[in-house]
Amino acid sequence: MKPEYFLVLSALLFCIGMLGFLIRRNSLILFMSIELMLNASNLALVTFSNINGTLDGQTASFFVMVVAAAEVVVGLAIIITIFRTRRSASVDDLNLLKH
Amino acid sequence: MLIPMITAQAVAFWILAPLAVGLALGMALSSKPVHSALCLAGVMICLAMLYAALDAPFLFVTQIIIYTGSVMMLFLFTMMLIGVDTRESMADVVFGHRAATIILVIGLALMLGIAVGRGVVTGAAGLDAANSVNGGNVPGIAALIFGRYFFAFEATAALLITAALAAMVLAHSERLTPAERQRGRAARRIREYADKGAHPGPLPGSGVYARHNSNDYPALLPDGSVAEASVSPTLAARGVAIVESTGLSTLSREAYRAMTSVRAELHGQTPPALPGEPTAEAGVPATTEEASK
Repeated sequence: MKPEYFLVLSALLFCIGMLGFLIRRNSLILFMSIELMLNASNLALVTFSNINGTLDGQTASFFVMVVAAAEVVVGLAIIITIFRTRRSASVDDLNLLKH
Repeated sequence: MLIPMITAQAVAFWILAPLAVGLALGMALSSKPVHSALCLAGVMICLAMLYAALDAPFLFVTQIIIYTGSVMMLFLFTMMLIGVDTRESMADVVFGHRAATIILVIGLALMLGIAVGRGVVTGAAGLDAANSVNGGNVPGIAALIFGRYFFAFEATAALLITAALAAMVLAHSERLTPAERQRGRAARRIREYADKGAHPGPLPGSGVYARHNSNDYPALLPDGSVAEASVSPTLAARGVAIVESTGLSTLSREAYRAMTSVRAELHGQTPPALPGEPTAEAGVPATTEEASK
């Protein structure tokens, strides 16, 4: 099994995440697309770890997971705050900083 | 060797990779946010199993606990707070934005795929040696986290605490208007009754005079029409509740007709016409019903 296949899958998932991020308007789905991109890069890191025979890639992937969890917590809180003031989850409506 | 060696890793990859790509496309393209979230959870489980195939058992478990366990849970929770049925408009705001995006993403995918596929990787070294140094995958990662990457690990601890505090501060909201208590509510209802003639008492319950008393069945008024205040406006707006009166009032009309015809038979009178119904056909179905019996 060539390890390049895993890297190609990772690139494909990253591109799909980017597609979702660019064409959708709902802020929750934008956020999920970002999570997909982070996961894709995690897959690449784990594959690199397997290729090189060291565990540093897996450690880096673990750190990415921790940072992603923190990012999700703050991001969702921001989305809820924006929804409270603007009554909308669409990123098109976020053209003003105050309500 | 004529037959190429098929490893468990290859089997796992060729089953999980198409599944992951399909679910990822479903995440990016489905119109309902809940479907997107479920697709993303599927992608994360597929990735977790790929981690297991890549000799990363610790990350396999961590991926399932952190992503499908807590992150997707948070997403679904937020979705329920914001509203599940928030529709988004699919029209282009900037002209040609969608087409340009698709071209760009396909170009990026081709570029990355070709660059990675023609890489100079000559076989994987495998993790058996690295895992056996400290006696397993988890002790190996622990040796790295608490050794070489100790300060990064401490920084992530600070990051997590800060993020939790920030979320609490952002999600907290001050009350801008005083809470309406029982006395104030009663005064407001009487004031509305005096001003606009609004009914001051409680709203009618659902399903009264109807066949069911579940929340999505509106109550019927004595003349067979629907009491609109008896179902929640949310249910009516979503189309869950049946608020058209013709289908619902047929049963009570039939019951009324049967009762009046029995009474007319006993007293020797012609059955009276129903209030909401044309008089010409009022007696006809009753007599045919009796004839069929």
